[in-house]
Amino acid sequence: MTEEIIIAGFGGQGVLSMGKILAYSGIMQDQEVSWMPSYGPEMRGGTANVTVILSDERISSPILNTFDTAIILNQQSMDKFEKSVKPGGMLIYDGNGIIRHPERKDISIFRIDAAEEAAKMENTKVFNMIVLGGYLKVKPIVKLENVIKGLKESLPERHHALLPMNEKAIKRGLEIVQKVHEVNR
Amino acid sequence: MKELKLLKGNEAISEAAIRAGADAYFGYPITPQSEILEYLMAEKPHERTGMVVLQAESEVAAINMVYGGAACGRKILTSSSSPGISLKQEGLSYIAGSELPCLVVNVVRGGPGLGTIQPSQSDYFQATKGGGHGDYRLIVLAPSSVQEMADFVKLGFDLAFKYRNPAMILTDGAIGQMMEKVWLEEQQPRMTEFPEWATTGKKPGKERRIVTSLDLDSAMQEKFNRKLQEKYRKMEENEVRFEEIDCEDAEYLLVAYGTSARICQKSVKIAREKGIKVGLLRPITLFPFPKNKIKEMAGKVKGILSVEMSAGQMVEDIRISVEGKVKVDHFGRMGGIIHSSEEIVTALEQKIIGG
Amino acid sequence: MAEQITNKDIAREENLVFKRTGVLTDKVMHYCPGCGHGTVHRLIAEVIEEMNIQSDCIGVTPVGCSVLMYNYLDVDMQEAAHGRAPALATAIKRLQPDKFVFTYQGDGDLAAIGTAETIHAANRGENFTIFFINNGIYGMTGGQMAPTTLPEMKSSTSPYGRDVKMMGNPLKMTELVAQLPGTYYVTRQAVHTPRDVRKAKKAIRKAFENQKLEKGLSLVEIVSNCNSGWKMTPVQANEWMVENMFPFYPLGDLKVDGEMAK
Repeated sequence: MTEEIIIAGFGGQGVLSMGKILAYSGIMQDQEVSWMPSYGPEMRGGTANVTVILSDERISSPILNTFDTAIILNQQSMDKFEKSVKPGGMLIYDGNGIIRHPERKDISIFRIDAAEEAAKMENTKVFNMIVLGGYLKVKPIVKLENVIKGLKESLPERHHALLPMNEKAIKRGLEIVQKVHEVNR
Repeated sequence: MKELKLLKGNEAISEAAIRAGADAYFGYPITPQSEILEYLMAEKPHERTGMVVLQAESEVAAINMVYGGAACGRKILTSSSSPGISLKQEGLSYIAGSELPCLVVNVVRGGPGLGTIQPSQSDYFQATKGGGHGDYRLIVLAPSSVQEMADFVKLGFDLAFKYRNPAMILTDGAIGQMMEKVWLEEQQPRMTEFPEWATTGKKPGKERRIVTSLDLDSAMQEKFNRKLQEKYRKMEENEVRFEEIDCEDAEYLLVAYGTSARICQKSVKIAREKGIKVGLLRPITLFPFPKNKIKEMAGKVKGILSVEMSAGQMVEDIRISVEGKVKVDHFGRMGGIIHSSEEIVTALEQKIIGG
Repeated sequence: MAEQITNKDIAREENLVFKRTGVLTDKVMHYCPGCGHGTVHRLIAEVIEEMNIQSDCIGVTPVGCSVLMYNYLDVDMQEAAHGRAPALATAIKRLQPDKFVFTYQGDGDLAAIGTAETIHAANRGENFTIFFINNGIYGMTGGQMAPTTLPEMKSSTSPYGRDVKMMGNPLKMTELVAQLPGTYYVTRQAVHTPRDVRKAKKAIRKAFENQKLEKGLSLVEIVSNCNSGWKMTPVQANEWMVENMFPFYPLGDLKVDGEMAK
């Protein structure tokens, strides 16, 4: 199994850390992983994206043009990466601020209103965990227990008190993700 | 026991340096490698092992601190990215000319000039042909994974001390910024015994140690140059390292190092799915260059494509090795753009197979 | 009749009043007659001997006339690239804090190409000693203008005299460095008279002793001559130095025990 994912959004949405948690979760179940961020001027306030690969084999190229899954968190990223999803692949997006919704018919599309949900939970910081939950509902490539383990590894110990809240957010994400349409995979 | 971590390539260099028992790091911030100094500072290596970590006032000062520390027989490293490495060339020439061991990491970005902060492989000439003034070479290691970033710190130090010559890890912003699984070696103790040539204070009754690259007597200077050249020939005999991927039945060969080699691994898969028998030769040491292996492969394949994130630098060494036996061409992107696995296959089809 | 006294009888240990220090090697120095380098080398060697730190000393030599200092001083030494000695010394001292580490640098080395290394080592409070020989000229390369060349002073690259409007002003590095919180002892000395030699030796000793206190950098500037570069006899050069260099580079302590003098 190899899953090639792009996560893209604004800087500050937790794009990079979400990718990191996913990579850690892969390690927890003995997979090969790679995490390749875009870096540079883009990092400073603009868009942020990260390519994450989880695989049972040695990972060849960590830098990709096409993806099995795109997790899209703003309009710019939608414009840039909707076309990069492999036919039969999946796109999952947060509807907040999206004015042009995805149009492709050859990929599965899911929507998760995580920003809205995070606001309801009165904790905007768990936004990315809600999205992660939604993704894992649709593609359970890593077990929830491994995600929690990965979360623990990637968070400094002084932040371990935040673990239950993050777990709650992931579980909320599992519940609120909605199917827009699905193609056979 | 080894320890498993998820680290950026840059961070892996730092952690591996502490664990290899490095005595000091001297550096100056520059993108895309500032995490090396940041990670070291955050880790408080002075508490972990007593390692000295100092942010110098410039790359020039940093490499000269490396010289001072290396001449004390210590394990010293520095790191920078292309423009900063250019500034270090004077110091590197002195270090090579004084036969001192040290480790230099170049996390390459696109140039020339201030260029870009995106990854590139355009410093190959500078790294493998000397870089500064005078006839000298660096031992050049090219990691293509975060694991190798960590592993080559120890290997680099070992080779540097074995040959009393500076070693360089030539990597790029992509591997520096990328996170992968990495198995880290156990902590090694720092050295307590130092080489006989090290300036540790003149022992009573013994000759004083003088570390210098100066000899005003031309005959002596030529003799010294011959000695250096012998050393480089020994490296060529003993230290060539490379990896072969799907080379056994290959009709065409890609040659690539570092990030390009990772991308080419996928190109090999894509090409083979199309029925083209392609192999990948990945030089791990860029100096000494695997010229004999390439010469051997030239007798087996129909054509060779060098894939580099540059205008074509390593391709010159490939051509020298091939001695005109088969067609050799270059494909690469520049300025911080990374070629895709697919466009490499297209280039192979157009430049080598169809060409 | 009394036996005749031989040279052997005279040259006995108890009759010894002066001995050349063993920290200097037997190598004949290449310096021009009348040059201050030889005297400063001897003073440094004598202090090292008197403090009994020969086996704990690591020196860094510059690029300039004193590039071959390692041939004359019998201690472990490193030869630096032009201007970089304070960077080398920083590493040596940090890796071997129990050793006595010094650099020996000319004005071109310390005050032109190595300005950044000098100022930052001083400002970091690196705990080594800098000996700074200022003769207002590039001696080794044939008498070119230095950062310390006086206004109107002739050199091979200011053949009509240093025009400060065109060539800039001479740099008083010692005054500059004394302002920095990282320096503990900054002084300016000379070696053209026996009295000055004695004073300079005391300063050199203090600068070495300070390393035990770990309170920051000590810098001893020696205003010296360059009779070859200045195109004078040694005596004329010393007279010219007193009349022209000393008013611009006044002798004396600038900073002692971390406090500005005066």
